[in-house]
Amino acid sequence: MRHRKYPFIIGFLIAPVGLYALLMLWPYLQTFGYSLTDWSGESSVMHFVGLKNYTTLFSDSVFQQALLHNLLLLLLLPVITILLALFFAFMLNVGGRGGTGGVQGVRGSAAYRVVFFFPQLLSIAILTVMFEGVFRSDASGLLNGILVKLGLENAQNPIEWLNDPNTVLWTVLAVTVWWWVGFYLVYFSAAMQAIPKDIYEAALLDGAGRVHTFFRITLPLLWDSLQTAWVYLAIVAMDFFAQVSTLTPGVAYGGGPDYHSEVLSTYLMRNFLYYGKSGYACAMGVVILFLTLIVSLVALRSTRRGRIEF
Amino acid sequence: MSATPITKTSDEPEEGRGPATPPAGGRRMPKEQRFGDAGGVLNVFSHGFLVLWTVMIILPLLWIVLGSFKTDAQIGGSAWAWPANWSFSVFGRAWDKGIGGFFLNTVIVLGFSVPLTMLFGSMAAYVLARYEFPGNRFLYYLFVAGAMFPPYLALVPLFFMVRNLGMLNTYQGLILVYVAFSMPFTVFFMHSFFRTLPTAVHEAAMIDGCSHTRAFFQVMLPIAKPGLISVGIFNLLGQWNQYILPLTLMQKQSGTDHDRSVLTQGLVNLSLQQGYSGDYPALFAGMTLAMLPVLVVYLSFQRQVQSGLSAGVLK
Repeated sequence: MRHRKYPFIIGFLIAPVGLYALLMLWPYLQTFGYSLTDWSGESSVMHFVGLKNYTTLFSDSVFQQALLHNLLLLLLLPVITILLALFFAFMLNVGGRGGTGGVQGVRGSAAYRVVFFFPQLLSIAILTVMFEGVFRSDASGLLNGILVKLGLENAQNPIEWLNDPNTVLWTVLAVTVWWWVGFYLVYFSAAMQAIPKDIYEAALLDGAGRVHTFFRITLPLLWDSLQTAWVYLAIVAMDFFAQVSTLTPGVAYGGGPDYHSEVLSTYLMRNFLYYGKSGYACAMGVVILFLTLIVSLVALRSTRRGRIEF
Repeated sequence: MSATPITKTSDEPEEGRGPATPPAGGRRMPKEQRFGDAGGVLNVFSHGFLVLWTVMIILPLLWIVLGSFKTDAQIGGSAWAWPANWSFSVFGRAWDKGIGGFFLNTVIVLGFSVPLTMLFGSMAAYVLARYEFPGNRFLYYLFVAGAMFPPYLALVPLFFMVRNLGMLNTYQGLILVYVAFSMPFTVFFMHSFFRTLPTAVHEAAMIDGCSHTRAFFQVMLPIAKPGLISVGIFNLLGQWNQYILPLTLMQKQSGTDHDRSVLTQGLVNLSLQQGYSGDYPALFAGMTLAMLPVLVVYLSFQRQVQSGLSAGVLK
């Protein structure tokens, strides 16, 4: 049975690994090399400039602002999304009234689960057009239309959600939360269903209420899934390219007004494709790469706990 | 956990998720009353919030669909305007404006990239999950690590790599890039799935003189079908909605080059142009057309989508 094992292994691995290495790993590695040059991207001419790109980067005020925005999103996006998703998942899985059986979700939980996942299915193109309509600055926008109708806002002086420097980043954050909550709701639901029902029933027999059940049973048993969610949302927070580049105003790839919604990814793309500063863009890529790595490692280490098997 | 929960969930009716609670005796009533009634205010608030979130999702979507039946003036007017005439000609107009072409391009690309992703991904995952050889763990982590970084970080070198291969603005270029970028996710999930499959069938096949390759294609892949479907759907949705990769790699290379924009990219371009040439109803109709296939795929496979996520949890 052991014979002919290695030819088979190599035969099966060569295409996937080759393709992956050529189109994904190698470009990531090349980023490091290019980041040390003044390469424009247009020509093949490039000069080695050492760490100059990096020193320029740290005195670049737009970069600093973008970095600050990403760090803010890194803090807020996972917290808000996970809290909402956890709450919904708990409601839909164990939050229901007793009814005929023991532990179950609220009525219609299957329908809620299906609907809440919808945003994940929408491509960024649809999100863009949709939210430009929702946040349009006069009463023809869905949100302002509702606010005016409710009398919460002056129709003559509506909030320009995506053009006001004070609201633009929050608006984009809200869109992203709206986009991701459903996915993590389903993810946490799956994890909650893996928790044996007898644990809940035992708690119920001991007279535990909903709040107690959540904090004493559900949360500790979900820790692994929370950790995974945290890492993936952190990566989403480091991205934000699609949302910012399409929803916010700006010369190329959004980021406006006046860099108030600038994130690292949009600034990188602008340097690469619009300013033609490929080497500089690569240096930015390297910094973001390490930042993402640090964030993931911190999230994985700091949330490590004993694993509970059941 | 074994593979059973995965296959089981997909067989279950929508309502009865999780194992049915055994009929409890007389002790049932008072305890459950207490559990359910914990905090009436909390209850009203929670339910209200569920309904509010549902409205927040349905309302904008519905508004897009309604938008395709409105007139230009209505779209520019009050958000509450109700379409006056329900004419479907706008969908034809949207199709002719380029949506049809974008649609076709996307279908061509995905028609090759998703099956190829699944084939390569499960081949690698299978070998890594079931065979021991030096470097196995290293290769596995190499694949999985790819999921840790947003794709735009490698974009600059990737662009030039694809250009050197002469594949900018070609279907095959985008297909290969999609396959490569879907590897981490696919290998990760299929790896955990292949590990849960029973070894007995595979061993029986080997004793009967089956080759490794045949055992994979004729024995293991059919058993892994539930996992393949879930992961396949996720890849389908993910690649359908991909934006930054086609934006960079599928730009026209010269004046005479064909426009091979995929749907997302094409729609964003259209929406940017709309500011000048303004046929908003057609744009909204295009959005509706782009939304429909994913909704259909999701609604018909939503149990696989949800159990696919459980597969990740129950590794």
